[in-house]
Amino acid sequence: MAYTKRFDGRKGFDELRPISAKAGIIPRAHGSAMFQIGKTIAYAAVYGPRELHPKFMQNPKTGILRCNYNMMPFSGSGERVRPGPSRRSKEISMVTENALRPVLDLKEFPNAVIDVFIELPQTDAGSRCAGICAASIALADAGVPMKDLVCAVAVGKVDDKIVVDLNYDEEAYEKGPVADVPMAYIPSADKISLLQMDGEISKKDLIKALETGKKRLMDIYEVQRNALKEKYKPIELDNNNQG
Amino acid sequence: MNDEQIKHLYNSLGKGIRYDGRKLTDFRKVVTETDISKSAEGSARVKIGETEVIAGVKLIVDKPYPDTPEEGTLMVGAELLPLSSPEFESGPPGNQSIELARVVDRGVRESKMIDVKKLCIEKGEKVWMVAIDICTINDAGNLLDASALAAVLALQNTTFPEYDGTEIDYKKHTKKKLPIMKVPVTTTVFKLGDYFVVDPSTDEEKEADARLTVAFTKDGEICAMQKGGDTPLSIAEIEKMIDLSMEKCKELRKFVD
Amino acid sequence: MGEIKVTEKQIVVPGEVLAVGMEFLPSYKTYRSGEDIRAEGVGIVRIEGKVLKLVPLSGRYMPKRNDVIIAQVVDVLMSGWRLDTNSAYQAVLPLKDASSRYIEKGADLTRFYALGDYVSCVVTNVTSQKLVDVSMRGPGMRKLVGGRIIEVNTNKVPRIIGKQGSMISMIKELTGCRIVVGQNGLVWIEGEPENEVIAVEAIKKAEAEAHFEGLTDRIKAFLEKRMKEGGVPFVKREEEKEEYGHQGYGEREHSGEYHEHHERRFERSDRPREYHDRPRRHFDRPHYSRPRE
Repeated sequence: MAYTKRFDGRKGFDELRPISAKAGIIPRAHGSAMFQIGKTIAYAAVYGPRELHPKFMQNPKTGILRCNYNMMPFSGSGERVRPGPSRRSKEISMVTENALRPVLDLKEFPNAVIDVFIELPQTDAGSRCAGICAASIALADAGVPMKDLVCAVAVGKVDDKIVVDLNYDEEAYEKGPVADVPMAYIPSADKISLLQMDGEISKKDLIKALETGKKRLMDIYEVQRNALKEKYKPIELDNNNQG
Repeated sequence: MNDEQIKHLYNSLGKGIRYDGRKLTDFRKVVTETDISKSAEGSARVKIGETEVIAGVKLIVDKPYPDTPEEGTLMVGAELLPLSSPEFESGPPGNQSIELARVVDRGVRESKMIDVKKLCIEKGEKVWMVAIDICTINDAGNLLDASALAAVLALQNTTFPEYDGTEIDYKKHTKKKLPIMKVPVTTTVFKLGDYFVVDPSTDEEKEADARLTVAFTKDGEICAMQKGGDTPLSIAEIEKMIDLSMEKCKELRKFVD
Repeated sequence: MGEIKVTEKQIVVPGEVLAVGMEFLPSYKTYRSGEDIRAEGVGIVRIEGKVLKLVPLSGRYMPKRNDVIIAQVVDVLMSGWRLDTNSAYQAVLPLKDASSRYIEKGADLTRFYALGDYVSCVVTNVTSQKLVDVSMRGPGMRKLVGGRIIEVNTNKVPRIIGKQGSMISMIKELTGCRIVVGQNGLVWIEGEPENEVIAVEAIKKAEAEAHFEGLTDRIKAFLEKRMKEGGVPFVKREEEKEEYGHQGYGEREHSGEYHEHHERRFERSDRPREYHDRPRRHFDRPHYSRPRE
């Protein structure tokens, strides 16, 4: 029993699905971004620093980061998802916060909050990673002091192959063991800020998967950086618009 | 805005100019796109100026209501996502989002847009339920009209998933579309002092005294209506607002045909 | 020997390596990581010898001492007012700093500034906990009556004001609108409706194209074209020299409700900050910042 060909036709087992990103897509937000990987699309909007309510959550020493991950009711691969927070979305919100917090410097915002909202209109596995990628771009777009962007992808093992960027079919693979390992990475520090695992995997394979993931993540990092640079690229003044 | 600033706004409106240079009866640029969420059975994105909403349709097989055993059911939900405005908070739906959902619902349901009898699979046992969910992406004013248009476009775009009698295979879609009979188009008219405007910006919407949402079918019949705001309207004013709404609905109809 | 990896005016993103080598120094919005100097946000590179810093392109306003801002009254307190500053931190306008005129204890504070009023004021103090004090005693500080408020990117304000106020003065002159620009990104505009629309377009254009060459000429050409197409005639206003909120000079507007006992005139001149030729009052504090570049 072996996993010989990827369900969606990708040639390499470490190949990413097509990725694209755009910054500044929600004008009312202080920062925003869209990140798409394969069929998974994540929007992120950042509001802040802004006043934090309820007051008991305020920290006089530093600003706090508050993430909210949510799937739109029609974004699941099957039935409608009941709107509202679920245990799963609350947990994802929390690990997203932990993934992003290390790169942020919020000491100059005592008692304030940086709110990050992640919404997905369409998913095909890897949604929490796509959310983190979008949120990173949005935070940078919002001008929040950041040491680096955070990039994330799900790595793991499908049957006998170490894979990068599992899609829904691979996650749901039934003919053999599957390991789904979402990871988030901070390139400048060479450190991992999100790590979870569903399934079964040996330690040796896990380390291999993470190392492979790190390499592929640099492609995502590049796309994130370009999304920001694109937004601030000089506007080409056309001849009609001279003035 | 404080009182003096509202006066300043009325002065500008009196000259026929809004703060963004539009005439009182001008819509901002409308851009529509369908099939924007592959996981939905039908979906659409509508942008009016910078306001953006997405609507997605999910079809489920369920038991019909006991008093209508041969009819499919319809449900409209709306979420004013905190993503889309600094004024929206996370949490259970507030009055504003409930009103938005119900106004759109009224427009779709009462216009008899969908032939719910054709959604019956097994009388008294199984019918198709159509769940429309509206999610706001950016609130720059006039979420109502954008949502109503997005819902209608999403429904027009919806196809049935494969159903073998017991289980739905959401991954496989048929080419069969929803049985649509009429297509309602909605425009909300806002009253600002003595002036009537359509498609307000965020600031204008905040200062509006009242609003009237009207949905029309193609033959000019009113199929849904909702008054909002706490300032009462005279019949003459209501008539004026309906006329203005009908004129705008005629223009918007090109997006649904 | 290290190396600078970027060029002046290049746009960089968080984490981007600007220079490698211990002889380089981090500064505004840059930080050291091992041997590297990296960017701490999205910004434009400025190299000053061995120091690397960024001009940020986004980021919300953070109240700073001596900034002149536009704020809105959100609460009337026992001895002052609380103001929304379009930032994460509200400000307090104490009674004693509300006006150069003496306000007696127990007076009805809403006679001066009521809920919803917009005022121009200067930030006098910001504590480490970001408690902000403002004052309206100073040239040009006043209640902004009527007109309308738009919001611009606080990082673009210096460009919208221009060197010595040149950009904003040009917009005011060509549209005949009164304009006050706050460092916090709020801009107050008042004029004929058609001209206001054009002034807003010009300000938004300056905001969008803030970092590119030849901005002043482009805005000027834009204004001339638009005013010809859709502007309406206006009465030229002579006296309002200072309304863009960063200078300490200019004539103060007399708001209808209360007026001064003496007429105060502050001539624009090259004199140092102290006004020598009028009696100094004990509550004068004429120390305001130089125009920001």
